[in-house]
Amino acid sequence: MKLVVLLKQTFDTEAKIVLKDGKIDDSGVTLIINPYDEFAVEEALRIKEKLGQGEVVVVSAGSDRAQEALRQALAMGADRAVLVKTDGLQLDEMVVAEVLAKVLQQMEYDLILAGWRAIDDSSAQVGVRVAEILGLPQINLVTKLEVGEGKITGHREIEGGTEVVEVPLPALVTAQRGLNEPRYPSMKGIMQAKKKELKVINAVDLGVNATPKVEIKEIFLPKGKQAGKIFTDEPAVAVAKLVKALREEAKVI
Amino acid sequence: MGKVWVVAEQREGKLKKVTFEMVTLARQIGGEVEGVVIGKDVKGLASELGEYGVGKVYVADHPDLEQYTTAKYTRVLAELINKEKPEVVLIANSAQGRDFAPRTAQRVGAGQVSDITGYEEGVFVRPIYAGKAYTKVGATSHPLIVTVRPNVFPAAEKAGGQAAIEEVAVSFMPEDLKAIVKEVVKQVSGRPELTEADIIVSGGRGMKGPENFKLLEDLADVLGAAVGASRAAVDAGWREHRYQVGQTGKTVSPSLYIAVGISGAIQHLAGMGSSKVIVAINKDPEANIFKVADYGIVGDLFEIVPLLTEEFKKLLKS
Repeated sequence: MKLVVLLKQTFDTEAKIVLKDGKIDDSGVTLIINPYDEFAVEEALRIKEKLGQGEVVVVSAGSDRAQEALRQALAMGADRAVLVKTDGLQLDEMVVAEVLAKVLQQMEYDLILAGWRAIDDSSAQVGVRVAEILGLPQINLVTKLEVGEGKITGHREIEGGTEVVEVPLPALVTAQRGLNEPRYPSMKGIMQAKKKELKVINAVDLGVNATPKVEIKEIFLPKGKQAGKIFTDEPAVAVAKLVKALREEAKVI
Repeated sequence: MGKVWVVAEQREGKLKKVTFEMVTLARQIGGEVEGVVIGKDVKGLASELGEYGVGKVYVADHPDLEQYTTAKYTRVLAELINKEKPEVVLIANSAQGRDFAPRTAQRVGAGQVSDITGYEEGVFVRPIYAGKAYTKVGATSHPLIVTVRPNVFPAAEKAGGQAAIEEVAVSFMPEDLKAIVKEVVKQVSGRPELTEADIIVSGGRGMKGPENFKLLEDLADVLGAAVGASRAAVDAGWREHRYQVGQTGKTVSPSLYIAVGISGAIQHLAGMGSSKVIVAINKDPEANIFKVADYGIVGDLFEIVPLLTEEFKKLLKS
């Protein structure tokens, strides 16, 4: 089975956001594999292991630095990686999806996996847009996946419950937390990863002619909060004061 | 500004609150406010939308639309957009909305602004890095698809109008019917969804074990609140993933967020920082959560939470 994972490199969840010249400053920030994409990598590896055959290819659109994230996925056990360098391109979710789809059209795949969203921009669009461009059915927000003969069944999170959906392969699936616990790369895996293929393509050479449909006009940080009221009285008194404040001052009860 | 569409979110024959919130937003954007209702036996909902001041409602009513699937909704909405050319299409940023919105956007060649929390003169405001920063996003072309975070805009009030109803012919392609919904398992809970809840009571590592969440559930029951959890509590296996609030969990914006035994890791603050009022209960006065809390009690949660439940009970009964 040919498994492809779409992977994005993101800021570490602990990262503090700092603006420099109106843009987000990434200097000194630890970068990681987007946590939801990590579930996708793990799931692809598990499917390959379960079937006893297949190939897992990780594909990322980003800057040169994204090679670190791809190497990590290779160290986890992916077979090869492709980086599409998007430097110099005007991007929005549609352009990124067109770029990725262009690369995927040159590859073989039975199942494409991605995180349901990236924790940085949280747009939750790229995977689904890729599915649409490639004409694939999708199962979004999957917390459990079963691969069958020519089809997959995904348990997906919906409001107030779970939905079990079956679609024919090839298909695209987006991963939600709960799907699995991603493995750590082993020392052996890290050594092997160095020898695995990591192909670098320039997005500008792909001939994508989509242009951004949305643009970011401004980035700003939320206003800092003023110190709140801390009730330090004995518990019963503190509780009474709190409830009174919520009703009369904050008016939320 | 041309037509601004509100794609109604309905479940089991009832319009969800977010639909009326989107009507409010549509009015702020300006232009002609129109509605779209998709489902089976949903004509009644279209007239209901009219009472909220929506001038015209497109109704796609078809037996095959009883069960939601991405492909079916995308087919209906994309064709309608191509025909009627709205300028802005508002869709709820719910599990369902965010599933078909990007697919529809791609099909009609539109940009999408996801999970917006504000609107200012032609630009949409949305959090990035789970609320550690915000962006203002504008469209360079139309139509523009916008998914709207529930609970942020006030719901529109009844205005007593009547909508012109236009029935939309629905037909599917074979590929639209390939996805089969085998089962829908509903969570049996009387509590609201985290992302829709007006009040959330959340527990963290300080809860010490899964059994103690009963204390929070009791409090939540009195308040009609949802129960959330921090990543620490979820990682410990005390609560299911779906209840996690934080950067790798749910992003919530209730009116009142009560954080119990939560230290306030940056990861968690990112997910709940946009709550209107935050209450922290923690025994550590130095805990980070107190830096964002509007109100706090420093003390033993096992003593304070039951007292709080009783106090609310008294207040809400009187």
